[in-house]
Amino acid sequence: MNPESVLSAVVPKTRTHGVMTPEGVLLRFAVADPGDRITAFMHDLLYIVFLEVVAVLPVILVFLAGYGSSSSRGYLGAYALLVWFLIWNFYFVWFELRWQGMTPGKRRAGIRVIDVHGRPLTTDAVLTRNLTRHVEIYLPLLALLAPAALVPGAPAWASLLSVAWLVVLLLFPLFNRLHRRMGDVAAGTVVVRTPEVVLLPDLVASTPAASAAAAAESPYVFTDEQLAVYGIYELQVLEDVLRNATGPTRAKTLSIVAKKIRTKIRWHAPPEGFKHEDFLRAFYAALRAKLERSALLGIRKQDKADRSSR
Amino acid sequence: MAWELRSFAFRRERESYWRELMSLLDKVERHGLKRLTAPELERLPILYRQVVGSLSLARAISLDRNLLDFLESLAARAYLAVYGTRTPALVVVRTFFFERFPRAFRTTWLQFSLALGLLALGVAVGWVLTLRNLDHYYALVPASVAQDRGPLSTTESLRSVLYQKVNVETASLTAFSSFLFTHNAKVGILAFALGFAFGVPVILLMFSNGLILGAMAALYQTRGLGWDFWGWVLPHGVTELMAIAICGGAGFTLARAVIFPGRDTRAQALARKGRVAGALAFGTVACFFIAGLIEGYFRQLVHNPLVRYSFATLTLVLWLAYFSSAGRKKTVP
Repeated sequence: MNPESVLSAVVPKTRTHGVMTPEGVLLRFAVADPGDRITAFMHDLLYIVFLEVVAVLPVILVFLAGYGSSSSRGYLGAYALLVWFLIWNFYFVWFELRWQGMTPGKRRAGIRVIDVHGRPLTTDAVLTRNLTRHVEIYLPLLALLAPAALVPGAPAWASLLSVAWLVVLLLFPLFNRLHRRMGDVAAGTVVVRTPEVVLLPDLVASTPAASAAAAAESPYVFTDEQLAVYGIYELQVLEDVLRNATGPTRAKTLSIVAKKIRTKIRWHAPPEGFKHEDFLRAFYAALRAKLERSALLGIRKQDKADRSSR
Repeated sequence: MAWELRSFAFRRERESYWRELMSLLDKVERHGLKRLTAPELERLPILYRQVVGSLSLARAISLDRNLLDFLESLAARAYLAVYGTRTPALVVVRTFFFERFPRAFRTTWLQFSLALGLLALGVAVGWVLTLRNLDHYYALVPASVAQDRGPLSTTESLRSVLYQKVNVETASLTAFSSFLFTHNAKVGILAFALGFAFGVPVILLMFSNGLILGAMAALYQTRGLGWDFWGWVLPHGVTELMAIAICGGAGFTLARAVIFPGRDTRAQALARKGRVAGALAFGTVACFFIAGLIEGYFRQLVHNPLVRYSFATLTLVLWLAYFSSAGRKKTVP
């Protein structure tokens, strides 16, 4: 039995990271892609700037207005500098510690930080992954925008080399499987999407297959041969169609799918006509029942071309 | 033949538990664990195990894609809620400064010594070079640090720097102090973060800082102000140089993990050593804060060289005591 193949069958192509829980079950998290991370970072930067302004603006106004003696100005200046430094350097640390790996920006983007082995997120990890941000992001950005300020007076080749090195660090998340920054690698963390799936009603619930009595009266009867054509992949594609085809094109989509299936399994329509949706639901229920029964015996037919179960 | 889908029956049995867990998790994620009542708090791990069991079972018997995705996501959310630890902020700070920071220092004392050695080497080289030829001062000391003090300054102007008769306005001292703190902390963090580059920038950083100090010392030496100069530097210098060396040591720890991962993969080695290095770098921010206070206040207010030297010795002894004995008692990490 291989749960991995089931999970990867119709899952959209995001990278996943598996974590083994203490109970011995493998949980899969979807890795946050660089776009999500950049979005979250931009939002966080905005919040940081906003906080800085709120904290420091009163001081600036006081200075400009010329209020206060020089001694109180000195205190205010010290306060402003300190607050600015603390917010700039510890915003991320503060939030990631308090909110278990989330910052306001990350919350908006729907991602969070977890330990790569699934263990609890430690303080050290949060500190480490954030302290390297200076070198990974701020310096490379400075290098790209104002290379002269970064390495004043150095020979041209040295500045070029340092700029190249910094750009490599900035682009590092693009080049590894889990999209981790160097800070993530140093801290043993990874950023994943916060899991969020809505439970939809079971497709089988509204069909006659739910109870034996109704099944006997249904016009949609399929032989074993007809049900042996398709595999798990097609079943889940059909589920996707039944759940997600909406709007004006739904009827058309369903009729196309129904026709395809009817032709493939050579099912003959009953004389009184039939409805595409009912047919598809009944077929789905019957196919799922058959495939689940075989799965219990350890036989998993992955798709229509899979002959290994014969 | 009469049959009923097992997966359907399974879901019917358990759906109420899943919905209960979902509402609990919504509460936890919005407001934190504290908002849960005691019975709810008891229910959470039970429901978590239940849903993890359901997930295992569903993977085996169900082919409903939506159900599988839902259980995956629910189990993951519950896992993060149950296994995420939350320690109060004060406890975090206390364990950090009394246990984690000194212990991290002791584990990496070799890298610290290397960084300190490079600093000392830089000082020695800068000192010797500048003594031989005062023009080296211009090469070694950048203009921003020299601030118009150089071989061309008069001895009196140099002396006045060491014993600045500052108008004692504590407020401006505070401002000066906090400026120094933020500036030095930035340098420290940089030293740590550059450890990724196989330690080479860290070596350069340590050495060049040492050169600057050595060159300035030599300049003052030639004017017969050597004793006064070190009295000016050491009260805060002990703390600050130590902090810079710790940051350099943290950088070297990272470099060591990258260059010599041992039996682990580089990522694993980095993860292990990286947390230690990060803790060190964070701790040095506190050291820079202290150094900034000393530099901003003490140095401007106290001018007696003997007092300055005693203070420097005192700080040295205190730091030695702190790093050698704090956190040695076996407490739960």
